Amino acid sequence: MSEVFSAVATAVELVVGLDPDLVEIVALSLKVSLSAVLIAAMVGLPLGAAVALVKFPGRRGAVILLNAAMGLPPVVVGLIVYLLLSRSGPLGEMGVLFTPTAMVIAQSILVMPIIAALTRQTISDLHEEYDEYLCSLGAGHLQRISTLLWDGRFRLLTGLLAGFGRASAEVGAVIIVGGNINHVTRVMTTTIALETSKGNLNLALALGIVLIILAASVNAAAVLIGDAASKRYG
Amino acid sequence: MDERGEQRPVMPLEVSDLSYVAGGKILLNKLNFRLEGGVRTVILGPNGAGKSLLLRVCHGLLQPGSGNLSWAGRTPSQAGRDLAMVFQRTVLLRRTVSDNIAHTLGIMGVARQERSSRIDTALKEAGLSDLADHPARTLSGGEQQRLSIARARVLRPRVLLLDEPTSNLDPGATAAVEAMIRAADADGTRIIMTTHDILQARRLADEVLFLHKGRLLEHTVASKFFADPDTSEARRFLLGELLE
Repeated sequence: MSEVFSAVATAVELVVGLDPDLVEIVALSLKVSLSAVLIAAMVGLPLGAAVALVKFPGRRGAVILLNAAMGLPPVVVGLIVYLLLSRSGPLGEMGVLFTPTAMVIAQSILVMPIIAALTRQTISDLHEEYDEYLCSLGAGHLQRISTLLWDGRFRLLTGLLAGFGRASAEVGAVIIVGGNINHVTRVMTTTIALETSKGNLNLALALGIVLIILAASVNAAAVLIGDAASKRYG
Repeated sequence: MDERGEQRPVMPLEVSDLSYVAGGKILLNKLNFRLEGGVRTVILGPNGAGKSLLLRVCHGLLQPGSGNLSWAGRTPSQAGRDLAMVFQRTVLLRRTVSDNIAHTLGIMGVARQERSSRIDTALKEAGLSDLADHPARTLSGGEQQRLSIARARVLRPRVLLLDEPTSNLDPGATAAVEAMIRAADADGTRIIMTTHDILQARRLADEVLFLHKGRLLEHTVASKFFADPDTSEARRFLLGELLE
């Protein structure tokens, strides 16, 4: 038991003292996850809005697919991205396997359906509410989309935060495509897995503390943004 | 009034053999009428008579299954911004009061430098100047409906279509909304509104269209309608009986 307390104390010291290894790992984790969310948002926001607003054959199937894709198993995504990026794979020439770029690709694929599905739901709800008003003004497609995206911006931001939460806590995909290489592709979750298996609980616990703080902050931000928006705009 | 402040001719509406069918049910049944002159028209009738539906068809939000409808010889889509609609359930954007009006002006392509003065005028007419920076959706029901009317009027439409504009409002809020409707009428805007409130119809109507089960049973001046309606359905409706 005392070993556990000692590990916790050391972990806190590492966090408070901004241990260089810890900082490097946290920084890479944030860089990878934020990049993945950015890319996923660039695809997911317009895709979700399009599925919500454009009528096309198979739309219901697309909605089901988007919702189902929110639960994609990370290891399967990691495996598929690995196969695509491996030397013999169709994208092998890019030479990005076992680099942060590969990790960004894998996380983007995991996060994109979350952002797209939440965007679709948000835009769809708002569209149902605003439709007659916008029709009565003769608003065009772009005017409609910009109105809905602007008015749904706080809920969409919550969706982005949910995507970031998923990306930063994910381990299965990044360990497959990143390889968990020290000083290259080692992020918080993969380091925790590795150090725990080695019995080095100090760094694992320190990273665990940072990860929990990060997750709690993201959730708190989502709640606060929602409350503030509801208070400000009704 | 037009943009130069001059009185505009009131737009006549001609409806001939207009029907609307949904799900195999005839909801509007071969309506024929013509609205002329600067009078306030109230569409009366029990729930399910087709009042709101007729208003939406007049605006062009819904296309009739058959028949013709023309505003001074133009289809509703050609009449465009000459027609403005106020809905029973207020639809306000998640923005401030003034930004709700600014949005409408923006959609209609009004120049930015012109928007500010038009927003100020609209809010003043609605008695909402003090609430310009408040979130629109936190206003009271009456204030929200006044904002909806102000937002519709800011486009300077020639016709204002109002669907049950005071349902669920208290008497004070109803009076404020009715004052705005009278002001729009005095300004030369044709008013066509639906209501199931007989007392409100008595206060506001110059002429009445009485609908029942999608059929136009009466189209007459208000004084005649309330004193001596032609149909037994209208008589029973005015007596407060529940029509099947």
